[in-house]
Amino acid sequence: MEKVDHPKHRKYWKENLRLLFILLSIWCLVSFGFGILLVDQLNTIKLAGFPLGFWFAQQGSIIVFVVLIFIYVLRMNHLDRKYGFREKGEF
Amino acid sequence: MDIQIWTYTLVGITFSIYVGIAIWSRAASTKEFYIAGGGVSPLANGLATAADWMSAASFISMAGIISFQGYDGSVYLMGWTGGYVLLALLLAPYLRKFGKFTVPDFIGDRYYSNTARTVAIFCALFVSFTYVAGQMRGVGVVFSRFLEVDVTTGVIIGMVIVLIYAVLGGMKGITYTQVVQYCVLIFAFMVPAIFISILMTDNIIPQLGFGGSLEDGTPLLNKLNDLHNELGFAEYTKGTKSTGDMFFITAALMLGTAGLPHVIVRFFTVPKVSDARKSAGYALLFIAILYTAAPAVSVFSRVNLIETVEGTQYTELPEWVGNWEETELLAWTDKNGDGKVQYRPGAAVEGKSPVFAKGLGPYGNRIVANPNMNSENELFVDKDIMVLANPEIANLPPWVIALVAAGGLAAALSTAAGLLLVISTSISHDLFKKQLMPDISERGELFAARCSAFIAVTVAGYFGIHPPDYVAAVVALAFGLAAASFFPAITLGIFSKSMNKEGAIAGMLVGLGSTIFYILKFKFGFMGGGGPEKYWFGISPEGFGTIGMLLNFATAFLVKSFTKPAPEKVQELVENIRIPIGEPEVHIH
Repeated sequence: MEKVDHPKHRKYWKENLRLLFILLSIWCLVSFGFGILLVDQLNTIKLAGFPLGFWFAQQGSIIVFVVLIFIYVLRMNHLDRKYGFREKGEF
Repeated sequence: MDIQIWTYTLVGITFSIYVGIAIWSRAASTKEFYIAGGGVSPLANGLATAADWMSAASFISMAGIISFQGYDGSVYLMGWTGGYVLLALLLAPYLRKFGKFTVPDFIGDRYYSNTARTVAIFCALFVSFTYVAGQMRGVGVVFSRFLEVDVTTGVIIGMVIVLIYAVLGGMKGITYTQVVQYCVLIFAFMVPAIFISILMTDNIIPQLGFGGSLEDGTPLLNKLNDLHNELGFAEYTKGTKSTGDMFFITAALMLGTAGLPHVIVRFFTVPKVSDARKSAGYALLFIAILYTAAPAVSVFSRVNLIETVEGTQYTELPEWVGNWEETELLAWTDKNGDGKVQYRPGAAVEGKSPVFAKGLGPYGNRIVANPNMNSENELFVDKDIMVLANPEIANLPPWVIALVAAGGLAAALSTAAGLLLVISTSISHDLFKKQLMPDISERGELFAARCSAFIAVTVAGYFGIHPPDYVAAVVALAFGLAAASFFPAITLGIFSKSMNKEGAIAGMLVGLGSTIFYILKFKFGFMGGGGPEKYWFGISPEGFGTIGMLLNFATAFLVKSFTKPAPEKVQELVENIRIPIGEPEVHIH
């Protein structure tokens, strides 16, 4: 079993929390921000047949969500390697 | 071949595949029954999660709801997918690392308390039963429309199929059937969407056709807004809900989605923590294919519907209108006596759905016994028609229509199976093995799991045949409860190391209590009831889960501040859950 190495754990955890904070801020911005709170302002902008606020509410936010999860996967894999927390069977 | 034969063929083929997989993947141990042995690849789990999570509501109802609500319908699109981000970032990897079988397992062990475990079992059962009843109903509706058997027979056929593969294969059988079901349902959703997109906008990709232009060069959305203005509907891209309500409902749906036990448990089935993260990404990608196409389908079908029916003589309406009138999901009542359909805002009939009188009207229409004379609207259209009738409305070939039937069934059955598994594990594992009969043998537990799956299917089937007429209200309750109980309890368990059992239990009870109270009062009319003007701060019951969650968090921290912090051993466990390697050690008192 991995011995609990507190300073190393804490640093890993802190970096993880920072990443979560950034990603969830974007998550919040595109959905609650662009899709709901700022929707009227953004709707004055027309892009490729869409009022922009409406587009974020019905399609844009979902696309951003998918991208966010994949960024999370890549960044966390990187973090695991950096701290030697990579699980067995991987390189 | 006609539609009937196509439908029987496609449904027959898909059902035999599901049963075939069940026989091939019989579960031999509880580990296989509960979490498919923990050896599912991230890609397969992503596909299975997408099918597990996209229910009859996503497949059949969502595009229709959006079609009628326009911008307001965005709450479902953002809420149901946004919750997935929370699940992937805040819950899935850590719960995988914890490495047990169920959500109550985590709550019970993390908060070193069987009381917490029992509260979690109650929530898991309630949420799952609520949900599964809706799925069985969906199965019944599809059967009755496309195979012309009555709803009861349809539900029973669905029950037998789910029973075979869920009871025999457990999670293992469910996982591989869900992979197939995803393929069936996405194909079934996208084929008509692509056809209609080409017909209307010449764009082969419906997601882009959504923003496309009609033949005469007007952007589709402008056209729809104009039609809405003409007939007196609110502008499609604007909607009518207040900003605050949009905010709270979206948040409650997100938090509720993240707390759905049948989705969470899917992440226990992959071998590693990094696989759990990756499969969450795949799952949302697969979900997004349907979820970005759905709002396009809504717009296509809305324009199609208005242009087909508005101002048209009843006798000249296309054949599908009569077909759906037969199923009572569509009704026309000639209020001004001109023989033409007048489609306007407002309810066409009194109450929720049309009541038909015997005999036929002057135009061969079915007579509606409960017209609402306060509205000029003459047309009642059930939201479910928009997806199910889309291929007929757009004149697509019979095999496409049959495909939609098979897709709707795949969506309903895959979700039903996932939920039934949660119900059966909650009973056999969390209740019997962990509390009532800790000495039960492996074989005994597996037998108990199968029995509870059997009982759960029967109960779900009963509710499918005799649906309570408050289904929609109960679903709001299920999401509210998941948001107000599971989400805070699990995130606190991971992100607050010193959170203790007193705080967590008090938090869950306050979150649950306040949400149940609010929804019972304003949705079911208990305790004096009250209309929208009585809502606290204008928050509708659907959005109250967000408040329940905040109350849960606040209570948990308050109670924790004057009770003993979690024991050292538990804090070690939390430390361990936070990193991907090393075995978590669990100590229960």
